Amino acid sequence: MSSESRLEENELIRRAKKGEFAAFEELVNMTEGKIYNHLLRLVNNPSDAEELLQETYLSAYKNISSFKGNSTFSTWIYRIATNHAFMLFRKRKPELPIDELPLPTHEELKRREIRDWDFDPADAAQSGEVREILSEAIGELPENYRAVVLLRDIEGFSTAEAAEALGINEGAVKTRLHRARIFLREILSSHFAPEELAAMEGK
Amino acid sequence: MAYDKLSCKEILEKLSEYIDEELDPSMCDEIDEHMGDCPPCVAFMNTLKKTVKLYNTSGDEVDIPSPVRTKLHDFLRRRCNEEKE
Ligand SMILES: [Zn+2]
Repeated sequence: MSSESRLEENELIRRAKKGEFAAFEELVNMTEGKIYNHLLRLVNNPSDAEELLQETYLSAYKNISSFKGNSTFSTWIYRIATNHAFMLFRKRKPELPIDELPLPTHEELKRREIRDWDFDPADAAQSGEVREILSEAIGELPENYRAVVLLRDIEGFSTAEAAEALGINEGAVKTRLHRARIFLREILSSHFAPEELAAMEGK
Repeated sequence: MAYDKLSCKEILEKLSEYIDEELDPSMCDEIDEHMGDCPPCVAFMNTLKKTVKLYNTSGDEVDIPSPVRTKLHDFLRRRCNEEKE
C-alpha cells in the first residue's frame, strides 16, 4: 500500500470513528470485493458468504473504535470476516475436529514410489477441469487449514499478514500451511499420478 | 556448523519453508545435499512445489454480484444508523 493511500485510509478511519457513515462506506467500497471472494472460498456457498459479508461489516462498524492501526484496515476486516466464518462453522459442526493433519515419513515416500507430475503448473491452472479439481481439494481441507492456504497461497498474504488476519502466531501459520499443502498434494496426486501408491493405510 | 545435521523427519517438516525461501542458507544447503541422492524426496518436493504453484495461479476473483453489493449497502445504512441512535 502506498503512503498516499495509507494516508487517505487513515483519514477515512478517523472520520468513520466519529460516526460518519459516508467515510465508513468508502472503506467498505475499498475492501468488499476481496472480502467477498475470501468468504466465498472459505464457506463455499454464496448465500452464507453474503450473510457473513453483512455481519462482518456491521461488526466492523460497531468496533471501529477498537481499530488501532497496527495492521491495515483490510487485514483487520479479514480477521473479522474469518472469525464470523468460524462462528458459523462451529454452529453447524460443534465437534470441529482438531486432529493434526499428518506428515509423511521418509520410509513412506520411498515405499510409495512418489513420482513427479509431468506438466507445467502455470499452464495446467488454465484448464477448467484442473481448476475444478483444485477447488474440490480445498473444500476437503479442515476449515482452519483451509483458511491458511487461502490467505497464503491463493490471496498472496505474507506469513506475518496471515498470522494477523487469523489471530494466530506465525509458527502456527507455517505449520498449518505445510500440512495443508501436503494434504492437497495427496488429493492432486490421485488425479495427476494415479500410479503412485496410496498413502499409509490406517491414517 | 552451529546445529546438528537435519534428520529426514526434519527435512520433510521444513519443505514448505524451503519452497517459500524462508530458511537460512545453511539449512537450504543441507536439504539440497539430501535431495542430491534421494529421488523420492525430490519427486515429493517437486509435486509439493507444483501444488503451491497451481494454487498461486488459480485464484481468479469474481466480481461481487451487484444484488449482493446493493443488499450489503442497504443493510449497513439501516443498521449503522440504528447503532447511532
Ligand atoms: Zn529423502
